[in-house]
Amino acid sequence: MTFDPSYKEQGLKSVGTRPLRPDGVDKVTGRARYGADFNMPGQLVGRVLRSPHAHARIVRIDTSQAEALKGVKAVVTAADLPDQSNGDAATFAVLDNCMARKKAMYDGHAVAAVAAIDASVAKAALKLIVVEYEVLPHVVDVDVAMAADAPVLDETVFTTGVEPAPKTPSNVANRSEFGHGDVEAGFAKADMIVERNYKTEQTHQGYIEPHACVANCNSDGTADLWVCTQGPFVYRQVCADLLGLDVSKLRVTSSEIGGGFGGKTHVWAEPVALALSRKAGRPVKLVMTREEVFRASGPTSATSIDVKIGAKKDGTITAAEATLRYTSGPYAGMWAELGAMTSFACYDLENVKTVGWEVVVNRPKVAAYRAPSAPMAAFAIESAVDELAHKIGMDAVDFRIKNAASDGSKSSYGPVYGPIGIGPTLEAAKSHPHMSAPLGENQGRGMACGFWFNFGGQTCVDLNIGADGTVTIAVGTVDVGGSRASLSLITAEELGIPYENVKAIVADTSSLGYNDMTDGSRGTFSSSMAAISAARNAIQVMRERAATMWDISVDDIIWEDGHAKAVGATHDNLAPLSVADIAAEAGNTGGPIAGHSELVADGAGVSFGTHICDVEVDPETGSTRVVRYTVIQDAGKAVHPDYVEGQYQGGAVQGIGWALNEEYVYGADGRLQNPGFLDYRIPVCSDLPMIDTQILEIPNPNHPYGVRGVGETSIVPPLAAVANAVSNAVDVRMFHIPVSPPRILAALNAQAKG
Amino acid sequence: MTSIAVSTTINGDDVEFLCNADETLLDVLRNRLGLMGAKEGCGTGDCGACSTIMDGRVVCSCLVLGAETQGREIETIEGMSEGQDLHPLQAKFIEHAALQCGICTPGFLMAAKALLAAHPDPSEEEIRFWLAGNLCRCTGYDKIVRAVQGAAAEMRGAKT
Amino acid sequence: MRYESPATIENAVDLLANSDGHAFVLAGGTDLLVRMKGDDFNASLVVDIKSVDGMGQIEETADGFVIGAAVPCAALSEHAALVAAWPGVVEAANLIGSTQVQSRCTMSGNLCNASPAADSVPAMVAANAQARIIGPDGRRTIDVADVPTAPGQTSLAKGEIIEAILLPKPGARTGDAYLRFIPRTEMDIAVVGAAVNLTLDTDGTVQTARVVLGAVAPSVVVVDAAADALLGSKLSEDTLKSVEVACVAASNPIDDKRGTVEFRNQVAGVLGRRAAAIAFERAGGQS
Repeated sequence: MTFDPSYKEQGLKSVGTRPLRPDGVDKVTGRARYGADFNMPGQLVGRVLRSPHAHARIVRIDTSQAEALKGVKAVVTAADLPDQSNGDAATFAVLDNCMARKKAMYDGHAVAAVAAIDASVAKAALKLIVVEYEVLPHVVDVDVAMAADAPVLDETVFTTGVEPAPKTPSNVANRSEFGHGDVEAGFAKADMIVERNYKTEQTHQGYIEPHACVANCNSDGTADLWVCTQGPFVYRQVCADLLGLDVSKLRVTSSEIGGGFGGKTHVWAEPVALALSRKAGRPVKLVMTREEVFRASGPTSATSIDVKIGAKKDGTITAAEATLRYTSGPYAGMWAELGAMTSFACYDLENVKTVGWEVVVNRPKVAAYRAPSAPMAAFAIESAVDELAHKIGMDAVDFRIKNAASDGSKSSYGPVYGPIGIGPTLEAAKSHPHMSAPLGENQGRGMACGFWFNFGGQTCVDLNIGADGTVTIAVGTVDVGGSRASLSLITAEELGIPYENVKAIVADTSSLGYNDMTDGSRGTFSSSMAAISAARNAIQVMRERAATMWDISVDDIIWEDGHAKAVGATHDNLAPLSVADIAAEAGNTGGPIAGHSELVADGAGVSFGTHICDVEVDPETGSTRVVRYTVIQDAGKAVHPDYVEGQYQGGAVQGIGWALNEEYVYGADGRLQNPGFLDYRIPVCSDLPMIDTQILEIPNPNHPYGVRGVGETSIVPPLAAVANAVSNAVDVRMFHIPVSPPRILAALNAQAKG
Repeated sequence: MTSIAVSTTINGDDVEFLCNADETLLDVLRNRLGLMGAKEGCGTGDCGACSTIMDGRVVCSCLVLGAETQGREIETIEGMSEGQDLHPLQAKFIEHAALQCGICTPGFLMAAKALLAAHPDPSEEEIRFWLAGNLCRCTGYDKIVRAVQGAAAEMRGAKT
Repeated sequence: MRYESPATIENAVDLLANSDGHAFVLAGGTDLLVRMKGDDFNASLVVDIKSVDGMGQIEETADGFVIGAAVPCAALSEHAALVAAWPGVVEAANLIGSTQVQSRCTMSGNLCNASPAADSVPAMVAANAQARIIGPDGRRTIDVADVPTAPGQTSLAKGEIIEAILLPKPGARTGDAYLRFIPRTEMDIAVVGAAVNLTLDTDGTVQTARVVLGAVAPSVVVVDAAADALLGSKLSEDTLKSVEVACVAASNPIDDKRGTVEFRNQVAGVLGRRAAAIAFERAGGQS
């Protein structure tokens, strides 16, 4: 049956309600099993030895003493993970990041690993591994890394995307460009121009659960991996590629996941754990320490961004331009490109140009972090937009409303928008009570907008109907924030049965077809689309079974309110059959009843949000507190509003942390100074007020219920919203995130000196 | 390394275990006693995911040696509900959607339980400062604070 | 590593005195256990002093307060007389770490850890607190200020343990206060700390004063110039400005991941001034 995903307005019974989540009891009783909560018989403890140098050639590794230590069962180095990438640069980068080959590229880069009978033997074994390094000059700053005299990390990197192609290697991996119109002509028409440079520091996703896995490779070529991941199918593929395993013989089971935010979409030590198990012939449990998590997983890009925006006195933006430089760690990614794409996505611009520069540096390999690359770009653009509005004497909200993109606008990154939420979120902000609430002494208000694409992707769902009419759906998108509840709601809605009759589970990779990761805010969007499709297929089967039970034509049977109903004058006396009625007879009518769906979920509706932030700044210390915060965002359709609000609040607070205090601090030696929660300062409970939310619902035309992804957009506006609020509070513009107390106080001092 | 024999009380039950001198209570709970509800988020007392209650005070079990628990009374998340009856805090956390990934939840529940034992009617500010040692990266804390407020109100009501 | 939990203080001293030098005292463990996780930490013996009689008690005497070395900081705020007498000291001790850490951490441990950023130390020094030390050669009592000698180092000899912190009985019209600067509202190490302890004359002017800074030098800084500025004053704007200037001048910090030299200097002045105002008000002073 062809699946029609298009939106149809309808009365909804389950979708939009707030039932208790299905995994709640397990999680409040300590029974839910996360990455480190699983054990196998005979399991060893795995640990990784990491480079203390930011950049160093590995001259020699001697593992003989470690191997000789009693209780050590395996020691692996790059030699145990041979390069099978066949020239694929992305695969090689993953491999080299898992275990350094010729060079250690950052402080924390893995160089060897051990598996031993317990933690203390493993710890002792690490100390017995001798690594001889030739320390090389390093570079961690994005602007410094682009300079002609910077130490070059990789002699094979020649900037792509520039004409003519450069003849010498550099740290600039690629250039990307987006936009339309003629920005020079546009600036010529402007009455006022703001041109600034902005910087943001590197942050970490900061999930509370460190990376953890249990790996087992058997002698017959089969293997198992229990792991906290956002994408078990992707982990399976990558691990199989790196280790030369058959994809179908490696079963990956995703544990409950203790936060990911993009950081668990990439493999880290999992291939190493598998290599250790293969060598030792025993299962290996490998759990990163918090220090390892900070030094060797995660982070986002540090950036340096130039913005130039011009506007007429009436508030019309005539041209907008941005040059965005993003660090990617030692290996090129697409981080600057994403930043360049998202920069001006909120606005309807006649002339716009963005250029992204991807820069390799001696920092950990950059990983996705919630709307990756968008928050930094939004900080720069929304700060400049704010300043420009003030300069032409226009209210910052009205200025944005005047220039907001809408249905039919050509976006700055190419596509033409359908129905979108930027205008409505701005209008909602303008009329929100927060906007007109009085401010106290040293308090200021800021606002900012944000955009994220949202993704769809490959999705597969199995729906099985039990003999009693209750339903199980098996999905392949890991539940990172309550999606089992939302997917159960959607399944219940489509079948016409109560929420309580549906149980959603996350299947392992051997039990279900391939699924892309839970990333790009796709979990509920894509899996619900597949769940609806599977439910519709199951309904078709149930109609056929009802036809058999009644001995009438299936064409005379409709599905309504969870029942098969016979239509037409000749069937008046047939009482509707419930799912349970039909399921009870399944053994006599053709066997178990199931619905299945595999699809590529296209048409993930883009997402916009507008945030309002009040801060109070102590002008004598630069200390800044967020005292009120409001998130307004388009959800398309909020399936389970509690968890939509949760996404808005959580993303906003991550953004607040990024704005105020979170940053990687490197010493002159290129070593990370703050690899722990003590000095990498994520927001704590007492730092924050309640986070107010307002959900707008502008249906996504490409989803049966209008659902859009909601997970990521909320982290995009806060950096600028906070900085704009600080500016409003103490009348000093901040160009460097985080706006930590020393930076604010220095800015205030500079201003006082004139 | 010679093991130390320890007799203690966990969730009201007498428990005996052997541990090494440098082994933490968290390691003992998770690796020796199968009580894996306490989570290790940092191992240095900065995240609160391993919170347990020792002699009535909430502690990070990663900062307590197993050997120190001799003769003490330990409460863990596994002892919070009575049979199938959830503690009001547990019920309110689910009801208020106060968890997303849930890794921090056992620690929050232990800390909140100690809070309500000491302060049955805490202000929002008291809740926020008491729970400042429990990191949550998913929720932004809003719904957690509301769940604790809800449980406090229910527990006060239940007492009168 | 060996773990011992002696029942008497003499036994504890014996264990430490006869150790190989890699022995550590365990009170609350909130610093020690963090260090133990490090790959390069090496201990042969840990002596837990919590089973020693009296270590967990706060005793109010005619001279003041005797705070056992194993008293967790959370217990300080539960002692009404101590809070009434030395609110600044209790506040400082209660700023160390989270609720969980408060359940375990001790002022003696905070002192012996000898971090320049220790929160309770400036307040204790301002309050003229002393440490009662017991060792192989018996007992001795020294000023708290003389315990830390450098970051991570103390004047305690091998086998010596702090048995108790002694706080004097505050005279009439005494007030103390401690403020610290951290980027967040909780869970951070002090970037700057400032403690003030002062006593007023019957006419309401400052009669004695001590101003102490933390986290702006290898050890706490007693700012005599700030104290001198306070003497004889009723905390006029000019006096407060002088306190601020003196604190900035006495501040001698480093640039590190927690703050810059410029920032620490400036904030040391601000906190010194603000702490003085709070202490003055607590002493019953009226400007």
